[in-house]
Amino acid sequence: MKNFNRLASRYGMAIVLVGLIVFFSLASEFFLTQQNLTNVLRQVAMLGIASVGMTLVVLTGGIDLSVGSTIALVGVVTALCMSSLGLDMYTAALLGIVTGAVVGAINGLAVTVFAIPALIATLGTLTAVRGFAFILTDGIPIFGFPPEFSYLGRGMIGPIPVPVLTMFVVFVIGWVILNRLEFGRYLYAIGGNREAARLSGISVGITLMITYVLAGIFSGVAGVIMLSRLNSAQPNVANAFEMDVITAVVLGGVSIAGGEGRFTGVIFGVFIIGVLSNGMVLLNVQDYWQLVVKGGVLMAAVGLDQYYTRVGRRAASKKQSDAMISAPQSVP
Amino acid sequence: MADSILEMRGISKGYPGVQALSGVNLSVRRGEIHGLMGENGAGKSTLIKILAGAITPDEGMIRFDGTEVSALDPRRAMELGIGVIYQELNLVPNMTVADNIYLGVPVGRGPWRNPKTANAKAARLLQSLGIDVDPTAQVSELTIAYQQMVEIAKAVSKNVKLLVMDEPTAPLSSHEVARLFALIERLRADNISIIYISHRMEEIFKLTERVTVLRDGRFIATLDSATTSRSELIRSMVGRELNETYPEGCHAQDAIILEARNISGNRFIDVSFALRKGEILGIGGLVGAGRTEVARALFGADPLHSGEIAVNGRTFRITSPVDGLRAGIALVPEDRKHQGLHLSMSVGDNISLASLKALSRGGWISLDKEAERSALRISELRIKTPTAEQIAGTLSGGNQQKVVIAKWLETKPQILIMDEPTRGIDVGAKQEIYVLMKALAAQGYSIIMISSDMPELLGVSDRILVMRRGRISGELSKSEASQERVLDLAAH
Repeated sequence: MKNFNRLASRYGMAIVLVGLIVFFSLASEFFLTQQNLTNVLRQVAMLGIASVGMTLVVLTGGIDLSVGSTIALVGVVTALCMSSLGLDMYTAALLGIVTGAVVGAINGLAVTVFAIPALIATLGTLTAVRGFAFILTDGIPIFGFPPEFSYLGRGMIGPIPVPVLTMFVVFVIGWVILNRLEFGRYLYAIGGNREAARLSGISVGITLMITYVLAGIFSGVAGVIMLSRLNSAQPNVANAFEMDVITAVVLGGVSIAGGEGRFTGVIFGVFIIGVLSNGMVLLNVQDYWQLVVKGGVLMAAVGLDQYYTRVGRRAASKKQSDAMISAPQSVP
Repeated sequence: MADSILEMRGISKGYPGVQALSGVNLSVRRGEIHGLMGENGAGKSTLIKILAGAITPDEGMIRFDGTEVSALDPRRAMELGIGVIYQELNLVPNMTVADNIYLGVPVGRGPWRNPKTANAKAARLLQSLGIDVDPTAQVSELTIAYQQMVEIAKAVSKNVKLLVMDEPTAPLSSHEVARLFALIERLRADNISIIYISHRMEEIFKLTERVTVLRDGRFIATLDSATTSRSELIRSMVGRELNETYPEGCHAQDAIILEARNISGNRFIDVSFALRKGEILGIGGLVGAGRTEVARALFGADPLHSGEIAVNGRTFRITSPVDGLRAGIALVPEDRKHQGLHLSMSVGDNISLASLKALSRGGWISLDKEAERSALRISELRIKTPTAEQIAGTLSGGNQQKVVIAKWLETKPQILIMDEPTRGIDVGAKQEIYVLMKALAAQGYSIIMISSDMPELLGVSDRILVMRRGRISGELSKSEASQERVLDLAAH
């Protein structure tokens, strides 16, 4: 039982994912086909890309609610660059991603210089950025891009769709940031204890600024892919998408209070959402019930995770105190 | 005995490993202002918590207002008329003065609160106490001095018979102290008894009729303030048993490594001193004397208002911890859990956190080098942890403190400032920290140690500075230093 608890606290989300895969494999003959698994990956690509940025932000103890709006604005800007300004698709895509970075910079400035709580600051940009997307398009979808542009969202490299490949590249970037870079360590330090981080000589403001800009860039990448997949820029696209992203990150075991969470967990979180959505479609679960199940899974998964973390911690601290009692005292 | 409001006899309270109180007596007369003195750790706060019903004594008798009370809980204490004004005030900042005073007390009819009635009632109460505060003002907009008065008014509104005040003048300016004393005199005139805790001799002599002294959890004496001299009082407070041994040896060299020249900042003024290579310089003084503030300003955690800091003869402009580190200064802060350590991070990540720059190339951490450094520090400082991956929050206090020290040693500082380095650490670990400090000094590190633990201050320091009210009030060499002299310089 003890071993089970330890396994559950460490690999909880992996176990949930495997359980889902086994369940849907047994329930539907179509689930475990190459075609369907590629579909799952394609469906979670944007979620996966945006969740990397969100993970960075949430680890610092912040949150970014502007993801969906940023994706819409980035799509609109990229589309206008191609259709109105006649720029080539690479320049347009780059400008779109820069737009995402600018939104991120505004979030970062608001959080650091003006000390607005991240929830409020990004709630502001969530609304204002969506407004800009509508202003730039007059609320009307934009069409007519170079045909090769659809490659970004629908193309394949060998057997792998381009968005899926992009997602894996972004995953690697995220993993490297959090496991290998000085910068990533500082994110944990700031989220875990901001004052202790400052006293350790970490430039908290600059680090946070970079974090929000990175989140904006990842939203920007997701926005370009979204535009390419839809082949039209719609200002109302990706509405409430940030909620899916936050769900994936939290499912992945990242503490919403900041400072705790492993990047590999987030990958599991993304795939859990992907498998769950796909499997329910295969089983013909009604749309409305799908929402109920997703919400329930979020609460159950995080609830269980909290429970096993507590159990694990109690066991660890007991072990520690036992060790202290049995350790020889250096003073009579 | 008929005129005593409170009789505590033979009060004992023990915790695993410590006897906080053993057989303490306290007797307070009706309408008396009774002083309670003793060094840090003497048992004052434990005694007060027993009186407030927050903790239950193991043994002893409490008689209040003529009746013996056995089971005292916070509610019962309040009903009996015992009020405590803690240093941390218990007010709701975003509510008005009147709402705070009558919090939890129905004012008006049924569940309906009548703000007019509450305000009028509060206004009468405040006026009767001579407190010029608007009852409709928000508490958060008042100065600490006025907030304290509001808390006293709140206690009076509950028909308090015995009011305990724990170092009420520590956060106040001298002007505000005079106003507080006027209020205390008024309470005495209303026949309210007061237990007045303070480290400041002048206040004790000015206000109290008698004073009870505790030391090491024991009752020492109850003295008549009028017939007791200052030196007698100091003598009864100190004389704390020096039952711990401290590592010997002074490693101070001639070279001056750090010089603070007339530095002023938040809560300290015109502080100057020099620190030698290999020296352990102790800073003593009462809590709130400005010692921690000096330490934080030297490191760059708080801004300096004026003055200069020179390291190795070179002047540094230190405005952030980054500057402090660059100047070769490191700070082991007093609040380990909130400022020193990342409880949710691993031991290894904590140790390398302040020195990641040196362990990285182009932003990439060399994990091998990092693991090597942590392993080295873990064995060198004898940090008891299963592995470097252990979460720091699960270690014991002493081992946590060693992790913090390891983190700072990794930045290769010349000067290590340690603010209350052994607070909340068990006896064995304390010894290890002392041995470590001496070893570091022998290696050429210079150490500034702030300590409120008198034996530790005397035992570990090569030289002692004493601060009082934001200024340095004296300097004592190892041979001159004694508990009496430190206390004399610290308290006034």
